[in-house]
Amino acid sequence: MEILVCVKRVPDTAENEFELNSDGNDLDRDDLVYSVNEWDNYAVEEAIQIVDKVGGSVTVVTVGDDEAEEVLRREMAMGANNGVLLADDAFEGSDGKGIATILKAEIEKGSYDLILTGAQADEGAGQVGGMLAAMLDYPYASLVNKIEVDGDAKIKVGREIEGGNQEMNEIELPCVLSIQTGINEPRYVGIRGIRKVAKVEIPEKDAGALGIDASAVGEAGAKTKRVDYFVPDMGDGAEMLEGSTDEIIEQLIEKLKAKGGL
Amino acid sequence: MTQIFAYIPHKNGAAEDVALEYPEAAKKIDAGASVTAVVTGSGADLDKVAGDMAKIYSEVIKVDNAALAYPNAEVVRKALTAILPANAIVLVAHDTFGMDLAPGLSVKLDSAYAADAIDFEGVDGDALKLVRQELGGAVSTHVTTDISAGAVITIRPGAFAPVDGGSASGTITDKSGDAGDLAAKRTFIEVVEAEVGDVDITKSDVLVSIGRGIEDEDNIEIAQELADAMGAVVSCSRPIVDAKWLEKSRQVGTSGQTVKPKVYMAMGISGSFQHMGGVKGNPFIVAVNKNPKAPIFQVADVGIVEDILDFMPELQEAIEDL
Ligand SMILES: Cc1cc2nc3c(=O)[nH]c(=O)nc-3n(C[C@H](O)[C@H](O)[C@H](O)COP(=O)(O)OP(=O)(O)OC[C@H]3O[C@@H](n4cnc5c(N)ncnc54)[C@H](O)[C@@H]3O)c2cc1C
Ligand SMILES: Cc1cc2nc3c(=O)[nH]c(=O)nc-3n(C[C@H](O)[C@H](O)[C@H](O)COP(=O)(O)OP(=O)(O)OC[C@H]3O[C@@H](n4cnc5c(N)ncnc54)[C@H](O)[C@@H]3O)c2cc1C
Repeated sequence: MEILVCVKRVPDTAENEFELNSDGNDLDRDDLVYSVNEWDNYAVEEAIQIVDKVGGSVTVVTVGDDEAEEVLRREMAMGANNGVLLADDAFEGSDGKGIATILKAEIEKGSYDLILTGAQADEGAGQVGGMLAAMLDYPYASLVNKIEVDGDAKIKVGREIEGGNQEMNEIELPCVLSIQTGINEPRYVGIRGIRKVAKVEIPEKDAGALGIDASAVGEAGAKTKRVDYFVPDMGDGAEMLEGSTDEIIEQLIEKLKAKGGL
Repeated sequence: MTQIFAYIPHKNGAAEDVALEYPEAAKKIDAGASVTAVVTGSGADLDKVAGDMAKIYSEVIKVDNAALAYPNAEVVRKALTAILPANAIVLVAHDTFGMDLAPGLSVKLDSAYAADAIDFEGVDGDALKLVRQELGGAVSTHVTTDISAGAVITIRPGAFAPVDGGSASGTITDKSGDAGDLAAKRTFIEVVEAEVGDVDITKSDVLVSIGRGIEDEDNIEIAQELADAMGAVVSCSRPIVDAKWLEKSRQVGTSGQTVKPKVYMAMGISGSFQHMGGVKGNPFIVAVNKNPKAPIFQVADVGIVEDILDFMPELQEAIEDL
C-alpha cells in the first residue's frame, strides 16, 4: 500500500508560554519551540504499521518553509521512507483551502492508495483532510481511531464520535483519513534515529514544479484570513490564590469545605 | 438579505442542543438575516425533529431518504450540495459529525470556510469577522472570511446563548425530491459503544482530574493518594488515556464522559474546550497549573500557580491533618 501522510510544523503547546508581540497583533515568535503536530505523529505511526503488515511505502509531505524540513526528517527517523517539502513564497498566506490545493497537486503526481492527515493541528480547524478528499473526489473519514486493512479495494475504519463511542465504516480506496490521537502509541525517536536520516536528500517542489496556479493559493487565493491575535477579556476569570504554599493550601481547604469538596 | 442555513444534528428523534444556539450565532452575523433550519434523516425521527425545529425557526427544510437514516457525512454532503442555493451561508456544529461534513461541503459548494467560531463581530462589505481560538485555547484570533460567494462556518457547541424552546409555527418544506443521487463510497456499519470501566467517574461528587502535567505514569499514584484523602475519584484528560496510563472510562470531555461533580480539581490540565465540554452542572473548579497563562484559569473558580507534583502531596498531608 502506498501511503502519503501530511504533516505540519507547529508551535509546541507543551514547551511554550504564548505571548503577544509588542504590537499586540501576532504571537511573539522569537523563542517559540516548534515540533510536529501531535496528531501527525499518530498518522505516521499508523502508516508505518500498515506498511509493516501489508507492504508498500510511507511518504511524508509538508507545506512550509525551509525550517519545515526538520519535521519531515523527524518522521523519516520514525520510519517513513520518503519526504517531500512543498515550499514557495507564493504559498505564504494560504488558508486551509490553499494548503489543500497545494497538497492535491502533489498527490496527483503520485499514485497513493491512502492519504492520512492529523485530525487537527495548532489552529484547531481540522479542515485540510476533508477539503483534500473533496477536491480529489476521494471518500473521507475524520477522527479515525482504528484502521483494518483487509483488502485492496476497501478498508474498515473506526471513527471516534461523541462520548468515546466508535462508528465503524467501510470505505473505498483510495481515500483520505484524518487520524485521532490514541489510535496507536507513536514510537520514540532518539537522537540516533535523527542522525541516521540527517543526510537523506529531501526533494523540494515549488508552485511551478507542482503546476499550481499561484493565484489559487497563498494570500491571493485565501478567502479566510487571520487579522490578528488578541487577549480576550477574561471576564471574572479564576480567583488566584497567592502567598506561600501553606497559605494557599489553608485558603483552598476553607473553600473546599464550603463547596462540599471535603 | 443574508440567508443563513443551520444544519441540525439529531439523534433518536431529538435535536442536539446546538439547534438552539444557531439563532444567536446567526443574529451576530447579521441581525436581519433569515435563518432556515435544515434537517436530513428518515421517517418518524426526522418528522419529529423537523416539527420541533418549526417551533424555533420560521423556515425548515427537510430531506427524507433511507440513505440519510444514519448521518453519513458523505451522503449528507451530497444532499446539501444538491438542495442549498449557491452563495448559501451554512452553519454547522463543530462536533465530530460537523468536522466530518463541513470542510468537504465548503469545497463542493465552492464557498469560503471558517472553523470553530466562538463569536461573530458582524459583516463589513463581503468580510464576515469572527473570533476563534488557536493552540488549544491559549490564544484568540480575529479572522475574516469572504462570504460573497457563500460560506460554510462551524460554530463551537455551547459558545452561543441558546434561545428558548419556542412556540413559532414555521413552515416545513420537503426537499426530498431534490436530493439527487446519494450513492457513497463510504458505508456505515455500526456504532460500537464505549467500554464500561472499573470506576464510574460520573457518580463522584469530587473529582481529582489529572492532565498531561502529571508527566509520568508513576506520578498517578500521587493524585490517587490525594483523591483518597478527599474521598474523591481520579479522572483525567485525553492524553492520559492516549498514553494508556488510565482507562478510557476515566476520561472527561466531549469524546469521553460528561461529569457533574460538586468540585472539580483540574491538575495540570490546560482547559481545552473538548475537555471542559465534559464538565457540566457548574461545579466549583479548582485549577492548579504551573503556567499562569493556562486557559483553564479563564474558566476555573479558583486558580493556583504551582507544580502539581509538589502541590498535591502537600495538600494531601494538610487534609489528612484536619
Ligand atoms: C507556508 C504557510 C504560510 C501561511 N501563512 C498564513 C497567513 O499568512 N495567514 C494565516 O492566517 N494563516 C497562514 N498559514 C496557516 C494556514 O492557513 C494553515 O496552515 C491552514 O489553515 C491549515 O492549518 P490548520 O491548523 O487549520 O490545519 P488542520 O486542518 O487543523 O490540520 C489537519 C491536518 O492537515 C494537515 N496539514 C495542515 N497544514 C498542513 C501543511 N502546511 N502541510 C502539510 N499538511 C498540513 C496535517 O496532516 C494536519 O494534521 C500559513 C501556513 C503555511 C504552511
Ligand atoms: C475531536 C476531539 C475530541 C477530543 N476530546 C477530548 C476529551 O474528551 N477530553 C480531553 O481531555 N481532551 C480531548 N481532546 C484533546 C484536547 O484538544 C486537548 O488536546 C487535551 O484536552 C489536552 O489535555 P491536557 O490539558 O491534559 O494537556 P495539555 O494541553 O498539554 O496541558 C497540560 C497542562 O499542564 C500544565 N503542566 C505541565 N506540567 C505541570 C506541572 N508539573 N504542574 C502543573 N502544571 C503542569 C501545562 O502548563 C499545561 O497547561 C479532543 C480533541 C479532539 C480533536
